[in-house]
Amino acid sequence: MDMDWMAWTTPTAIFFLCIALMLAGMTVWEVVSPTVEAKGFLPMRTTRGDRLFIGLLGSAFIHLGWLAATDASLWGASAVALVWIALVIRFG
Amino acid sequence: MDKVQDNRAWFLIIPVFLIVAFSAVIPLMTVVNYSVQEIFGPGQTFFVGTEWFEAVLKDDRLHDALVRQIIYSLAVLLIEIPLGILIALGMPGGRSAKTSLTLVLLALPLLIPFNVVGTIWQIFGRGDIGLLGATFRALGIDYNYTNNSAHAWITVLVMDVWHWTSLVALLCYAGLQSIPPAFYQAAKIDGASKWAVFRYIQLPKMRGVLIIAVLLRFMDSFMIYTEPFVLTGGGPGNSTTFLSQYLTQMAVGQFDIGKAAAFSIVYFLIVLLFSFIFYTIITRTGEGEKK
Repeated sequence: MDMDWMAWTTPTAIFFLCIALMLAGMTVWEVVSPTVEAKGFLPMRTTRGDRLFIGLLGSAFIHLGWLAATDASLWGASAVALVWIALVIRFG
Repeated sequence: MDKVQDNRAWFLIIPVFLIVAFSAVIPLMTVVNYSVQEIFGPGQTFFVGTEWFEAVLKDDRLHDALVRQIIYSLAVLLIEIPLGILIALGMPGGRSAKTSLTLVLLALPLLIPFNVVGTIWQIFGRGDIGLLGATFRALGIDYNYTNNSAHAWITVLVMDVWHWTSLVALLCYAGLQSIPPAFYQAAKIDGASKWAVFRYIQLPKMRGVLIIAVLLRFMDSFMIYTEPFVLTGGGPGNSTTFLSQYLTQMAVGQFDIGKAAAFSIVYFLIVLLFSFIFYTIITRTGEGEKK
């Protein structure tokens, strides 16, 4: 099938592959060990999926904020985002 | 008896999954792909990395449009939600001709297409032929939404209130009708005031429909395009240019597809963030009371 109209690039393909793998991984994790609502440093009780969503949304804004505030390499933002996601999923 | 585990019902969501994939996921993926490229035409694309995002985030006109958009959406919510609740409280209950007539009258503005609403208000507000404009003129008020930013803002806001408050009112009315009469009887026995009945019976019972009303009105007003475009064209100056109109200027007017795609993603993330915050706040409100 011709997918030229979608204008794929390697970085965006890797990005979506990571998201798909993350969702597949979360589904398997859920089947193996169903999530329990928990209360951490976030102001509400959250499931594992909620925390992943908050983590991903937060990391999108970390990247946007980094781009708006500094000219430094975006890998810095990715490092901060990884720490943020890990914190939210473990202690959120 | 052993409990039988059968998860085959999950297969029933496949049609919905496919429809969402074709209508939302694939277009969104395409927009993400466009946002990192310079697009000259079909097959003529050049990878530019995060250049468009940097351009969009440092764009002063976009910052201004975002501030306008947030003020506009907050104003819409602050007016339409309380007004909708008030209208619903004042509506006749039960099955009568009066109820049916009220419901039909309230539903009328919702049936009018967006561009027609804009045109109605464009004519309605004109000083020479419009009823509103001519009335203001007769009263000695120099009302002109085409060259006065404040007048343009008020007109766009009033137009939105006219068009959409009915939706909030109808949703609240549905919420109110679902309250069993026993609640009111108990309140009467306790000698509860009208305010107490509203605060402790009606408002908590309307929570579910209010969540939907706030989310719908927020998302709709945050993405408003047609009505202000027809009424003011974004003017005078840029005073009523909201995010979607600025985005359209970029994508269709200047044919800046890459930049417009980056803008769309930022826009999408902002709507997602605000909707998530509203949803969380509203679903949490009253949780303590339930316990």
